[in-house]
Amino acid sequence: MRSIRAAAVGAVTMSLALAASACGGGSSTGGGSNDSPKTLTYWASNQGASIAVDKKVLQPELDKFEKQTGIKVKLEVVPWSDLLNRILTATTSGQGPDVLNIGNTWSASLQATGALLPWDAENFDKIGGKDRFVDSALGSTGAQGKDPAAVPLYSMAYALYYNKKLFADAGIAKPPATWDELIADGKKLSKGGKWGLGAEGASLAENIHHTFVFAKQHGADFFTADGKPDFTNDGVVTAVKQYVDLMAKDKIIAPGNAEYAQNQSVSDFAKGTNAMLLWQSASANLKSQGMSEDTYGIAPMPVQSGTPGTGTNVNSMVAGINLAVFKNTDNLDGATKFAKFMTGDAEQKILNTAYSTIPPVKTAQSEAAFNSPANAVLKDTLAKSAVALPQVADESQFETAVGTAVKELFAEAAAGRPVTTDSVKAKLEKAQQQMPTK
Amino acid sequence: MTTTTASAESGERTVRENSPGAARGPRRTGRIKRIGLPYLLLLPALLLELLVHLVPMVIGIVMSFKELTQFYIRDWGTAPWSGLDNYQVSVDFDAPVGEALLHSFLVTVAFTLLSVGLCWLIGTAAAIYMQDTFRGRGLLRALFLVPYALPVYAAVITWVFMFQHDNGLVNHVLHDQLHLTDKPSFWLIGDNSFVALLTVSVWKGWPFAFLIVMAGLQNIPGELYEAAALDGAGLWQQIRRITLPSLRPVNQVLVLVLFLWTFNDFNTPFVLFGRSAPEAADLISVHIYQASFVTWNFGTGSAMSVLLLLFLLVVTGVYLLLTSRGRKTADV
Repeated sequence: MRSIRAAAVGAVTMSLALAASACGGGSSTGGGSNDSPKTLTYWASNQGASIAVDKKVLQPELDKFEKQTGIKVKLEVVPWSDLLNRILTATTSGQGPDVLNIGNTWSASLQATGALLPWDAENFDKIGGKDRFVDSALGSTGAQGKDPAAVPLYSMAYALYYNKKLFADAGIAKPPATWDELIADGKKLSKGGKWGLGAEGASLAENIHHTFVFAKQHGADFFTADGKPDFTNDGVVTAVKQYVDLMAKDKIIAPGNAEYAQNQSVSDFAKGTNAMLLWQSASANLKSQGMSEDTYGIAPMPVQSGTPGTGTNVNSMVAGINLAVFKNTDNLDGATKFAKFMTGDAEQKILNTAYSTIPPVKTAQSEAAFNSPANAVLKDTLAKSAVALPQVADESQFETAVGTAVKELFAEAAAGRPVTTDSVKAKLEKAQQQMPTK
Repeated sequence: MTTTTASAESGERTVRENSPGAARGPRRTGRIKRIGLPYLLLLPALLLELLVHLVPMVIGIVMSFKELTQFYIRDWGTAPWSGLDNYQVSVDFDAPVGEALLHSFLVTVAFTLLSVGLCWLIGTAAAIYMQDTFRGRGLLRALFLVPYALPVYAAVITWVFMFQHDNGLVNHVLHDQLHLTDKPSFWLIGDNSFVALLTVSVWKGWPFAFLIVMAGLQNIPGELYEAAALDGAGLWQQIRRITLPSLRPVNQVLVLVLFLWTFNDFNTPFVLFGRSAPEAADLISVHIYQASFVTWNFGTGSAMSVLLLLFLLVVTGVYLLLTSRGRKTADV
């Protein structure tokens, strides 16, 4: 009996030790190596209309890279709903890709984990220097005063997409330039089962992007200068209320949009149910839904008054995708080479054309394809009137907390309940209390 | 290593049984070996069980005492110990985190009671009804089991489409065809989300109750019903006096299992509502997921999980104690 018990105890101890070491095994703190110089794993974000489209766009380029360098790149396109969780898991376990795409708003949050390779001067030199990139894009690559956690890959900006035919039918000559005009136009357009504007009321990210710009237009910020959450200041409350009021008070957004989170508002716009859409780089998506380019126009996002510019006249966040290298990659040189390849002029032109995005690389922007009237609006916005979302470590928590608050406000508006300054403030208060205190 | 020992011992035992005259060693060793064999055979399963269930549980408990935020997840050995801080935050019901957890807990309790009750009621009623032989009984039985057999994701995503405000089937039937509501209702956001969640949960859960009760019913001797009928008992009395008491042991396990499954259900609310559930349907499993994965605070998330584990352990313990005592007195 004793020997059996001893064996059992031994086996249990061993399995415990094994499990414990397996869990600790991944978290190496080393800086990466070049142990497997012939392969790379790349997680791409879903930029095209579907994952299959992305694979079709990216695979030929990866083949090109293999021909040039002999390095085989294993591609996985990760849907947006999974990407952040996958990165977190990879960070915890240390078992991640070598190179990956991140949403540029996550840069500071992911930077804080220490899992991504910092782009110091030396690393930047390997891909042609920091000066190759436009400033607005670099402003969304990590916390201020720290080496960027990623390099810009695709840039996007918000714009107002409007249906030319519906505008003509309603007798509207030109797209609205201010919110008052947008509401007036929206009211003319919202009739007969059609609506003025579309929105993704249940999408946390969309809610954040819009309320952030509204807040900027009221001269307010969600964070204090030293990075503390400040969600209940008057400017922010006014901003959030103004956005939700487009449905609650102005009634130019269909109540059903309150439960949209899967880009249904883009489909509605493509089908002609909504006359206007506030979206980032929607052209490729609209095309894949069968809306031809001459049926819609692109105008700058409205401002409170005047014309788009800096300060309270910003009209977009700096949207975009960054390319990051996992710090514990076992092919550091290959990963840097890949970053150089992806941010090189030739690839920038090909990929940004395919995704209807703007290259964050100065030399690639001059290409004719990026100077079409449609892209000119986006490029102009990025250059003159776009600001980066707060680059703070708690950014992803902020997206969840405030995004959820706005989602709940939309739900109340959709149910016909009044949305007041007090109810907005209460929701934001609750969101702020959920933020980490340390 | 363990497998080798096991097979060697069993081999030895077979040899000895086959040739009784060749017994070696004292009798005591033989007895120990006989007693030990089942344990040895159980060992691989036990080890796997430890590895799959207990080890993560222990790690989770350890995590709940750490300040495990995004700054430490990369190398969480270095995360500072935070003592009982995470627990304090979780149970401070005057502060927002604790208040939200309590709200979520109460929603989950109400949801679980309703869901388990309805699942059991519908399942039992259907099983009793299906006891009589009639044409098409096999087909109906198979049909009833479909929700249980479907993959959860596929089934729930179908419900999401049906519950949509603009184009959903539910609103089409309730509003467009039956004119029961003034205007189309929202099912996936706002207060109705609780009803939507309950509907899907019951739809998904009752076939299991049906299956188990049906199996239990096969063990009740038909003579009991015949005797009762002779004594003049009606259908309702037969159910109350014969069926339900005979099903008692089956129901005891069934209700417990349904309770644990429903209370812990993650897939249904997550597929229905995504990562931020409406307040009215904020089930605790998704709430904890959000507290850890979405806000990147795995320490607090773990503390909440440990509290949930303790609660379920207490409930299960009390339930088993009460029901077994009830059975003992019933037997006397």
